[in-house]
Amino acid sequence: MSYRTIDRGAAATPEPVARKIRGLSDRAIAWIFVAPTIFLLLAINIFPLIWTIRLSFTNYKANRINREPEWIGLRNYERILTDSDIWLNMQATAHFLIWTIFFQVLIGFALAWLINKKFKGNDLWTTIIVLPMMLSPAVVGNFWKFLYQPQIGLFNYIIAFFTGKEPSSFEMLGQVNLAPWSIVIVDTWMWTPFVMLICLAGLRSIPDYIYEAAEVDRASKLRQFFTITVPMVLPFLMLAVLFRGIENFKMFDLVVQLTGGGPGSTTELTSINLKREAFEKWRTGYASAYAIILFVTVFGLASIYVKALNKVKER
Amino acid sequence: MSSFSVTEPSSRTKWFAGTLVVLYAVITMIPLVWIALTGFKSPADAISYPPKYLIGGDSDTSFTPTLEGYVNLFTTRTRQTPEFLDANPPETWADEIVRQYDMVIVGPSKFGERFLNSVIIGFGSTFLSVFLGTLAAYAFSRFKIPLADDLLFFILSTRMMPPIAVAIPIFLMYRQLGLSDTHLGMILLYTGVNISLAVWLLKSFIDGIPTEYEEAALIDGYTRFQAFYKVVLPQAATGIASTAIFCLIFAWNEYAFAVLLTTANAQTAPPFIPTIIGVGGLDWPAIAAGVTIFLLPVMIFTILLRKHLLRGITFGAVRK
Repeated sequence: MSYRTIDRGAAATPEPVARKIRGLSDRAIAWIFVAPTIFLLLAINIFPLIWTIRLSFTNYKANRINREPEWIGLRNYERILTDSDIWLNMQATAHFLIWTIFFQVLIGFALAWLINKKFKGNDLWTTIIVLPMMLSPAVVGNFWKFLYQPQIGLFNYIIAFFTGKEPSSFEMLGQVNLAPWSIVIVDTWMWTPFVMLICLAGLRSIPDYIYEAAEVDRASKLRQFFTITVPMVLPFLMLAVLFRGIENFKMFDLVVQLTGGGPGSTTELTSINLKREAFEKWRTGYASAYAIILFVTVFGLASIYVKALNKVKER
Repeated sequence: MSSFSVTEPSSRTKWFAGTLVVLYAVITMIPLVWIALTGFKSPADAISYPPKYLIGGDSDTSFTPTLEGYVNLFTTRTRQTPEFLDANPPETWADEIVRQYDMVIVGPSKFGERFLNSVIIGFGSTFLSVFLGTLAAYAFSRFKIPLADDLLFFILSTRMMPPIAVAIPIFLMYRQLGLSDTHLGMILLYTGVNISLAVWLLKSFIDGIPTEYEEAALIDGYTRFQAFYKVVLPQAATGIASTAIFCLIFAWNEYAFAVLLTTANAQTAPPFIPTIIGVGGLDWPAIAAGVTIFLLPVMIFTILLRKHLLRGITFGAVRK
């Protein structure tokens, strides 16, 4: 018997005794330790959620404090779900979501795969690649706006340099057909490293012996890639997609700084629209209902997705 | 060669992979380098075509570096009459710079204040999240608390709400409590947003510390509290540090709450930087200077603490 087990056996008995003799009971400690956190969570997370639900059934306007809000039942929900403009916002959000995830998964996985080849100095270059995702999205949106300026911006200059077009012949932020892509480009620039890091964690979790066994069985490199690498990384990749999906569904700061929702409302994602309703038109009740609908949508989609993810993990 | 490994890529593969990754890294850095350069240009050079990317020299793609952007970022200036300018010769190098536009410096700009607000709110909320988070994580890890996991998961899931949605009731609540546009209000808000993740991360770190150590300490006559801060805390230091980094970066970068809930007193830098206006439109060199100063700490931080940070990102994700 090792000395460790003896030790554990010895600790098991006198521990409750020691507890009674000195200081507060475990129960008291547990409460003291948890109480401030619970209080803060209730105050900042739960209570506002409940308040939002309550407001969503009223026609309250936050800029008119003195007017008594009226209870209007489900009318806010009804109006939102039948409003065709909101479906346009949803479409803009879907476009943004689908393409950012597509590019980030593609480039992120490729980068992780290349970095995992363990070339000299890969640590340093990984750190450099990761830098954009550490920055403030609003500030990033702000300086990309400068890069996207039609006549003077660096982005237009570089594109013009490689395609031979006039740099003033297109406006990334001003043209209806280009603006949705301008936000996809910046988000991809910023968040590809996140997908890359998670894929890298996945790649590094694959034990070498699996590849060695495959090599013994004379499986080709291509075959190894599709039967070992891809399935083993898939749960990680799906997790990265979940995180990016949730984040981009509520995207606000980067896009609001970059395009402000324009031109027209081509890049008006749901969060930007929500901000307009809540803090510019001051339709608090309506915006609350909108917020609840968005929350339920993300929560629902995420739950379905997590179920699928768990199935993949079990395999 | 004693050990041949089939999983070790050939040197040609490594060279190929390395080149592509370096190429991507260089491309990804272009925007950041460009902004850093723009901070040292004059307003005219910043918006010239073709873009000026060489420092010094006479060609039409080169510019002479100047601190104009930085001076404009930190000061407010007014235009003055020639008589006034003649009577008051420039005193400092900053005066010299603004003098070429017939202007004089009349005082500091708001940038310093806003930057300080970012520091106060960032560090304040990080300290509070980590302090409360560690206590709660310890309790969740060591004691039986009913519904702990469900509760934590539900609270984490409220982070799926768009920040604007949370901001509506917070706005109303703060208005009633007098917390609007105060440092305390922002610190509490960021702590509230961060703490669920902080507890989640810290709990997994503390779960990894064997309970035997504390039990031994308890037998030696320590109270539970002493065992916690003398035995558990030192061992959880790495976890606490990486959690702190995440909380700090979130609070430092946050924009949506800041722009909606603060106007002057407690406004942080992210909502302020885009509003820097010069003569005849946005003052791009000053904005670029502000962006550089604001982003630099995070970049240095990332490079210095890359081990903790990179592990933390994947760790936080993979645990769930």
